[in-house]
Amino acid sequence: MTTATTTTARPKLSALTSTGAFIHRSYLHTLRTPDALVMAIALPTILMVLFTFVFGGAFDPSGGYVDYVVPGIILLCAGFGASSIAVDVAGDMATGIIDRFRTMPLRASTVITGNVIVTVLRNLVTTAIVIAVALALGFRPSAGPLEWFGVFLLVTGYILAITYLFAAVGLASSSPEAANGYGFILLFVPYISSAFVPIETMPDWLQPIAQANPLTPIIETIRGLLMGTDFGTQGWWAIGWIALILGFAIVWSTWLFARRSGRR
Amino acid sequence: MTATIALRGVSKSFGKTHVLHELDLTVERGTVFALLGPNGAGKTTIINILSTLVAPDAGTASVEGFDVVRDRDEVKRRISLTGQSAAVDEVLTGEENLRMMGRLSGLARAETASRTGELLARFELTDAARKRVKTYSGGMRRRLDLAISLLLTPPVVFLDEPTTGLDTRSRQDLWAIIRALADGGTTIFLTTQYLEEADQLADRVAVLEGGRIVAEGTPAELKARVGGEVLALHDADGALLREVPTDGTLAGLRRAIDQLDETDAASVTLRTPSLDDVFLAVTGSHLPTTNADERELVGADSSKG
Repeated sequence: MTTATTTTARPKLSALTSTGAFIHRSYLHTLRTPDALVMAIALPTILMVLFTFVFGGAFDPSGGYVDYVVPGIILLCAGFGASSIAVDVAGDMATGIIDRFRTMPLRASTVITGNVIVTVLRNLVTTAIVIAVALALGFRPSAGPLEWFGVFLLVTGYILAITYLFAAVGLASSSPEAANGYGFILLFVPYISSAFVPIETMPDWLQPIAQANPLTPIIETIRGLLMGTDFGTQGWWAIGWIALILGFAIVWSTWLFARRSGRR
Repeated sequence: MTATIALRGVSKSFGKTHVLHELDLTVERGTVFALLGPNGAGKTTIINILSTLVAPDAGTASVEGFDVVRDRDEVKRRISLTGQSAAVDEVLTGEENLRMMGRLSGLARAETASRTGELLARFELTDAARKRVKTYSGGMRRRLDLAISLLLTPPVVFLDEPTTGLDTRSRQDLWAIIRALADGGTTIFLTTQYLEEADQLADRVAVLEGGRIVAEGTPAELKARVGGEVLALHDADGALLREVPTDGTLAGLRRAIDQLDETDAASVTLRTPSLDDVFLAVTGSHLPTTNADERELVGADSSKG
């Protein structure tokens, strides 16, 4: 019998190195599923055309509805783009690959971190495309560079929070199909907010719900920054909600990831 | 000789299901150890405990002297696991899988590239290197999975049912790879449902049933308890008429043949004992849920190496 002389112990890997490797993995996944990317751009574009030309005339005959609807479409687009991570994560959990990462001397949860980072970057690209389409359709914001920077920070924060939330949904789902279903429900949240119509036009009983919707202050702040309208304290509410959603999603997904250890 | 894997009084339950009962097991360094048992015996749970995926409820388990709970990270540095469901990324190509895992194993870029090339060649995957794993056959996935485990040669390799669901050719290819690995000094801990696989590969075999070790020894010792080949008589339609165990001697074979006098018998075959035969010998009863297809499979490719 030979003695163990040719074998080597693995080095411990830093979280930074593993996150880098997982970012590369998610990037390759994005390239391999171009249909998801096309849908992430096409759906919000179609919605915007629909809202501007089909409903817009009824909402605002002067043709100014596109200026109203863009913030809502941006959030809808971000939510849609983020929802694919739930299916991705649930798919990973259904195979043995996560267990393999767990048996290696690295922080396995960085596979989620890497996926979140790539999804956020991809969402920022699609958001930029959506804004470009809006400008082509007659969207005329009054924002200066500082306001645009504020919009960028807020939208990035929102995308990060919603992406992390969808990653947690993926971890909580029993299968990629289930993850897809849960994601679909979450995508309806923007409709009960000030995204598409002013809250004052809703029935009395619905107004408090739409007012309490975390998306309402975020949309009002983006709208205020873009169009120069006054948004009062909504900005602080927006930042608070984003921080709360992100914090909750990180804690929830960390807990779920540890709990699903070794069980498939 | 030192123990590289040691389980002492290990118990594990999931909810109300008791999977392992105060299990004791040791594996010597540099040997091949096979854990033989039917589905649901607790094989995967033992592998999951040893590879730090689940913690035992009671008892202790150690690998290379490190406790799987307390020194989890040190254990992870010294093992690799090839699980039952091939742990490969289906969206990536074979080459990309190896590159990613090389990076995750802490290899430098150049080293990863050279190891990737070597392993693709050694596992006969060079032609499929740039194809997505989604298009791979079951055997190719297992080979890629094993190749990933060997990017760095760890002291201990766990193989959870490495050949389940593979055809005879792929199975024999994998056996050759596992033997070569063992010859290089790696300790191999594998689980299997096939007595033949344990016989072909292992230095020692333990039979697991209902979370308990019901027999342990060398394959020769185990086979001595089970007996030799089984003489099987089939009719013209291929249906089994009768099975008579033999003891491996000429006289024994003659006695067995003398017992067969069915006139409608069309063919007679000798098959190696199956897992069910092992259970019959060591526990006195058949497997709780005997899978006829599995018995067939073990009997079908009874080529003795």
